[in-house]
Amino acid sequence: MLAECGVASAEDLFSHLPEDVRLKQPLALEPGISEYEIVEYFRSRAAENAHGYASFLGAGVYAHYRPVMVDTVVSRGEFLTSYTPYQAEISQGTLTTIFEFQTMICQLTGMDAANASMYDGSTALPEAALMACRVTGRNRILVARTVHPEYREVLRAYARHDNMPIEEFAYVAESGVADLEDIDRKLDDQTAAVVIQSPNFFGIVDQVQAAAEMAHRRGALLVVMFTEAVSLGLLNPPADADIVAGELQSFSAPPTYGGPFAGIIATKEKFIRQIPGRLVGETRDSRGHRSFCLTLATREQHIRREKATSNICTNQALIALMATVFMSVYGKQGLRELAEQNLAKSHYLSTLVKPRFRGPFFNEFVASANGRSPDEINQALLKKKIIGGLPLARWYPELEGCMLLCATEMSKRSHMDEVGKAFSPVPQPA
Amino acid sequence: MSYPENLRYTKEHEWVRAEGDMGTIGITDHAQKELGDIVYVDLPKVGARIEQGKSLGSVESVKAVSDIYSPVSGEIVEVNESLAQAPEKLNQDPHGAAWLVKVRLSAPDDVKKLLSAADYQTYVGAES
Amino acid sequence: MITKVRSHITQNELLLFEQSSPGKKGYQLPDLDVPPVDVEEALGAAHVRPEIDGFPEVSEVEIIRHFTRLSTWNYAIDLGLYPLGSCTMKYNPRVNELVARLDGLAWAHPYQPETLAQGAMEIMARLEAALAEITGMDAVTLQPAAGAHGELTGILAIRALLEKRGNPRKKILVPDSAHGTNPATAATAGYVVQNIPSNDGGMVDVAGLERIVDKDVAALMVTNPNTLGVFEENIKSIAEILHKKGALLYMDGANMNALVGIAKPGDFGVDVMHLNLHKTFSTPHGGGGPGGGPVAVKKALEPFLPLPRLKRARNKWTFDYNRPRSIGRVRAFYGNFGVMVRALAYILAHGGNGLRNATVDAVLNANYLRKKLEPDYDLPYQAPNMHEVVFSDSRQAKLGVRTGDIAKRLIDYGFHPYTVSFPLIVHGALMIEPTETESKRELDLFADAMTSIAREVETDPEMVRTAPHSTRTSRVDEVTAARRPILRWKPGGAVSHAAD
Repeated sequence: MLAECGVASAEDLFSHLPEDVRLKQPLALEPGISEYEIVEYFRSRAAENAHGYASFLGAGVYAHYRPVMVDTVVSRGEFLTSYTPYQAEISQGTLTTIFEFQTMICQLTGMDAANASMYDGSTALPEAALMACRVTGRNRILVARTVHPEYREVLRAYARHDNMPIEEFAYVAESGVADLEDIDRKLDDQTAAVVIQSPNFFGIVDQVQAAAEMAHRRGALLVVMFTEAVSLGLLNPPADADIVAGELQSFSAPPTYGGPFAGIIATKEKFIRQIPGRLVGETRDSRGHRSFCLTLATREQHIRREKATSNICTNQALIALMATVFMSVYGKQGLRELAEQNLAKSHYLSTLVKPRFRGPFFNEFVASANGRSPDEINQALLKKKIIGGLPLARWYPELEGCMLLCATEMSKRSHMDEVGKAFSPVPQPA
Repeated sequence: MSYPENLRYTKEHEWVRAEGDMGTIGITDHAQKELGDIVYVDLPKVGARIEQGKSLGSVESVKAVSDIYSPVSGEIVEVNESLAQAPEKLNQDPHGAAWLVKVRLSAPDDVKKLLSAADYQTYVGAES
Repeated sequence: MITKVRSHITQNELLLFEQSSPGKKGYQLPDLDVPPVDVEEALGAAHVRPEIDGFPEVSEVEIIRHFTRLSTWNYAIDLGLYPLGSCTMKYNPRVNELVARLDGLAWAHPYQPETLAQGAMEIMARLEAALAEITGMDAVTLQPAAGAHGELTGILAIRALLEKRGNPRKKILVPDSAHGTNPATAATAGYVVQNIPSNDGGMVDVAGLERIVDKDVAALMVTNPNTLGVFEENIKSIAEILHKKGALLYMDGANMNALVGIAKPGDFGVDVMHLNLHKTFSTPHGGGGPGGGPVAVKKALEPFLPLPRLKRARNKWTFDYNRPRSIGRVRAFYGNFGVMVRALAYILAHGGNGLRNATVDAVLNANYLRKKLEPDYDLPYQAPNMHEVVFSDSRQAKLGVRTGDIAKRLIDYGFHPYTVSFPLIVHGALMIEPTETESKRELDLFADAMTSIAREVETDPEMVRTAPHSTRTSRVDEVTAARRPILRWKPGGAVSHAAD
């Protein structure tokens, strides 16, 4: 090969690089190790993480059982090691599964069209906000304080330079739902979108219909976020929303310390040309057979460059495939039953630990430590190899003595009883 | 290829037909050929003001987007809604049924400064 | 005569919804160990949905057959060469998949107590250090989810630095050979994009750059080697020109597979850059993602990196949120940790020398292909290329065959096409990057296929223009797909849709 290239040694291939740029020393990295040693290294790191603990953490990342089928399917080399399906003739596998994925998201959310995934729920939020601005020609965003705090941080980081002022509105102290009066006060005819999350960060099911009416009356769009996809198996889809955006991690992406996950954006038919990210469409090949291909690509960066709907290129195809397999395994009945089990578990826990808010909740709720500190309760639970809830003080100073507890179908009654004990005495109603 | 004599043309491959203070705007046969199969047209709304030389919208093929530069200034009074359902009309009849918008001209005399059919014919002949 | 398999059951697999049957199940949940709850009572009747209309109801066997059959309709690296330019389609090591699934890593919750997450944080810290060493930069953030996300992070950091100095400036310069994410990112960060033309050698025109750079320019986004696979030989001068006017140099690290162990961007004046873990560092493409887009910066930009940052305190790892100058968060939590695990496994497997060897092999393979294909395909730029090479279809275009047609014909030989029609500065580009994964044997097969196609263009151009002929699907109608988009399955529709 070297002879074919006309060089004496491979090093000659780099001789055209400026002398002062070429490295004279090898990289200061340890020498390569064997497969066995690699596995040992990561096993040791895994052992330094929580091992064999029960957990009541939710807050945007949920512990749901992963059907074995999921990894069986995504481990196939044809899915794992394939590229973005730009060449339709040899990517019909990927394209077909994405089309099924897009369909199922529409069925779950009540929207007309969904894209082939965003990086995650947190980045889907600013993308949805920017989309609302494009559609309405306005630039103000009203977002609920009960949208996940880290999602709101991401929104602000993106918005800072997009001339998109962000304002927050309150929640009702007793019920934990969006304060509609506060929305009304803050809405004006420069508002592009009102953004709520349902179930919200406190786990409470919010008032999508009322918020939609309010937003639409002033010519703004309603964006509904979700972080717990399993809730869509039981809760009324937010069909009054104009844009639905959220996180699909619950559909068998393992928590993996925060990523990779898969976000989605779904919307009404009339807005599809403003949606960011990849879209798969149905068509025919030259012999008349049904086929699929990437479509409406002129929205995207590789064609429209600086005028694109977004700079996004990579999506989360493999994670979306995990979600597609998960949704097929559970199916119409199963997703409902799974959601009902989540509801039963969290509501059992709420008989042991009184919820702070009165509003209806799915599989998470806020609990007050009643005079003690959440950290103290969590320390006690750790001794029993239980990770407790998420203390809320860092984002909601008014909820300083509170934590967010989540129970899923994987939560065991015995562990929930321990949590109840750690919180006792449970305060009696006045 | 013949270009209708009753239209005036721009070097960016748009045409305009002026009747009094009303103008009808479209893209030329040359433009649609360059673009290939047209899949979508993005047009302004009725009531929008457009300015000569500025983009009033865009035309898309599968792999490319092209801006449409307005040959005249004025206010949009009508938009060809049929193009939303059938953008292929632009490939079939760009000078006729696939007109894009109708405009109330703010400066009707500007139209005379545009290229005649013969001059445009020469221009695209030279370009290709 | 190529026989089609179209009549075979596995080639006619229907969608899940079309195979559904009421009551079919693929799951079984354990019995509840707590009392069930009346959903309407708990949530209020208005919040409870009716059944999910049209949602699949299939058995486990149907699921496994469905996805297995669909998978056979895909090409993949596991099957053969993917010569896509700037995508770096190298082998995805399977040990990466195993370690990423270890319970302690896969089930770690980002909010679990730090004392119980030291293993995860150690992995992140080690990867940050390795990437800093590889790039010759001072600090690394692993938060961005992909390359474009990393670009945005880097440009926002530049903006924050310039704001601190008193003026964020207005423009970002982008070469006309750049990947589309570059200008799209600059626009998202609130900058106006100015395209700068490439010179006759396909590189940044230094004299032209000197004329353009003024106090309104915040940065130049450069890819090095560029999208022609050519090293920007004047990169140091380019950096100087920018720095003299208080502007910064951003490097798109998509082509790092040409530089690892050979040169460090930190040494030639780059201030900030992103890496693509799913390119250079072997994490799987998975049909389009997920990826990882870490950003590496020089010291001056470190205060602006996204929060939180990993920090060592009292012999433990901790997340530092006290970062007043940070641009904030570009995403929730810490980044695509699962992708980081895979990238670190790759780095550990190779070590310093192994990584360098991979780079040498990648560059050798690309140069070998250049020599093999030069006789038949036009090479628009004569400069030495590194890990990828770009040809143009000008010879074949004279016979009415374009790069897209040649790419489709390549499929009939069992290969995935190269990158078609990019970069835009080459008319009818064929952008080819073999990576170090490919053996001489595989490369020879590819070269033979390309040579054979060049002959076919001369003797039977129509056959090439209507390729591929051997796939389950022939060329798809992308025009109708865009004119009348059908983005989901609907019940009641026939498997066909109405003719135009």
